[in-house]
Amino acid sequence: MKVIDGKDIYYKQLNEQIRSEIRAGVKDFKLVNIIGQRYIGGGLEDKDVTIHVEGVPGEDMAAFMDGPTIVVENNAQDGVGNTMNSGKIIVHGMAGDVVGYGMRGGKVFIKEDVGYRVAIHMKGFLDKVPIMVIGGKAGNFFGEYMAGGVVVLLGATTENDDPIVGDYCATGMHGGVIYIRGSVEDRMLGKEVKKFPLDKKDEKVLTPILKEFSSDMDLSLDIFDFSKYIKLLPISSRPYGRMYVY
Amino acid sequence: MPISKENSLFPQPWVKSPYNERDTAACGLIGFINKDRKRVSGSIIQKAIANQHDRGNGLGGGFAAYGIYPKYKDLYALHLMYDKESVIDEVEELIEKSLILAHAELIPVKKSKIIKDPPLFKRYFVDVRPESLEEDVSADDYLVKIVMQINVEVDGAFVISSGKNMGAFKGVGFPEDIADFFDLQSYEGYIWTAHNRFPTNTPGWWGGAHPFTMLDWSIVHNGEISSYGINYRFIDTHGFPCTMMTDTEVVTYIIYFLVRKHKLSFEDACTVMAPPFWKDIDRMPERERRRFTLLRATYGAAALNGPFAFLFGFNGGLIALNDRVKLRPLVVGHKGKTVYISSEEASIREVCPTLDSLYAPHAGQPTIELLDKE
Repeated sequence: MKVIDGKDIYYKQLNEQIRSEIRAGVKDFKLVNIIGQRYIGGGLEDKDVTIHVEGVPGEDMAAFMDGPTIVVENNAQDGVGNTMNSGKIIVHGMAGDVVGYGMRGGKVFIKEDVGYRVAIHMKGFLDKVPIMVIGGKAGNFFGEYMAGGVVVLLGATTENDDPIVGDYCATGMHGGVIYIRGSVEDRMLGKEVKKFPLDKKDEKVLTPILKEFSSDMDLSLDIFDFSKYIKLLPISSRPYGRMYVY
Repeated sequence: MPISKENSLFPQPWVKSPYNERDTAACGLIGFINKDRKRVSGSIIQKAIANQHDRGNGLGGGFAAYGIYPKYKDLYALHLMYDKESVIDEVEELIEKSLILAHAELIPVKKSKIIKDPPLFKRYFVDVRPESLEEDVSADDYLVKIVMQINVEVDGAFVISSGKNMGAFKGVGFPEDIADFFDLQSYEGYIWTAHNRFPTNTPGWWGGAHPFTMLDWSIVHNGEISSYGINYRFIDTHGFPCTMMTDTEVVTYIIYFLVRKHKLSFEDACTVMAPPFWKDIDRMPERERRRFTLLRATYGAAALNGPFAFLFGFNGGLIALNDRVKLRPLVVGHKGKTVYISSEEASIREVCPTLDSLYAPHAGQPTIELLDKE
């Protein structure tokens, strides 16, 4: 395992060093003393590379990533997994706003809460199905304009008075599915979606995802009672199809 | 001569289109308050904002520091920026004529290859003459009048701060370089705010760097006030002409106006600036619904539209506010008696690696942290 000390290293040098080590054959990285360096793992295409991050990685971690696995021991900031294509991100803390923006594939697992505009513009096509699991709660605009993929919101790791998800949830959603372990008032939802109870097919989809999440997070959570979940599905694949047509 | 709509220099040419007035899109900010009034060196805030280097582009950096002038703590500290040395005499005549001048000095700066063509900075420790006071004109009111008079009437002189026991330090450069330029390591304060600027819509000039101040009230801001036009007209008609060619200035004056002039609480002032949506007001219990409706109806022109996160410092504390849909990041960290508020968590961890707690405030929900009673 290659250890890189992030202390006093600018993000460009850090990311250049990671790339050159990968070219030299290194597969496993441990980055220590990371303090806000941007774009860690950005654009990397090597499926068998794993990067452990200690400290707080900066904005747009794993943006456009296509293959590697990134494990963050602490919190992550804004823009995690921006437009990522494949690979996996595990964050053992909170993440900021706009997690998984435009995500097209791969997995993002966040142990605790996330900020605003998470899972917006996520999309899926044929076998490209991005998967996101949030262990805590989410802010406003969760899943806004979502077009594909599977998003799971557990609300299981944090305790506060906030609702499990914020306002304007799934506004403009027209593809994919959002599973929420809890109830959401209709007024918090975009008018393009409807709530449904889970069926056997959903349980089949969710069970392996929840098992993988629990194992990655090393948590034994009481999250397998599917009667506690709802799912959000779009009622139209083209909610704005007639917007400019009159 | 009191400043009013009639004799203010506005409308200036640059005000003709409010679209020329928008500020920035990707600034960085951080501030902290030691609620026990423990004074710490400016090197801490310098290190914290340097972590956000890439949120700016070298066209503006600045700091507000509270508790830095204990020797003159009962006097107003006027920080003056002179674009032209030829107007120094004019300003100093005005100060000596209108105020009691206890002490004047150059603000020490370090010559730097990085900081290009700096203006001249002087500070004046002043008080208001008892005979200037009237029944409805307090010392603060009188000083505000003098500050506005200098900013509006003297071409090439700008008061960049005017509060007691505090000061603003700002200019064109990255904030870490501006901190070196002003030797902020040699100052000690209990509240510090810092700003890293990325100007996109208005010029990167020395006066346009953040913070913007009125007396000890200072604002650093990330975002843009797209309602600047209506906000400017609102505050200008109440006697606060805008002179700094950027949107953030109106926020300073609006807070000052709402809290000091109209005696609103900080909570209510924040509600005015980032009001709840009508659909949410409609769901409130009767009493609250009435209050929020009244605030929105009375001060609609003071509501701020567009993406923003700002830090507001004053002699009593530190306040942070997000726009009502949270289009700019903000995180709050607690450690003992210190509260940090920042655009990025890493910036806090840079100077305080272990925190008691960390959270991201909700949209439109103010974070209000006041100093402990002395």
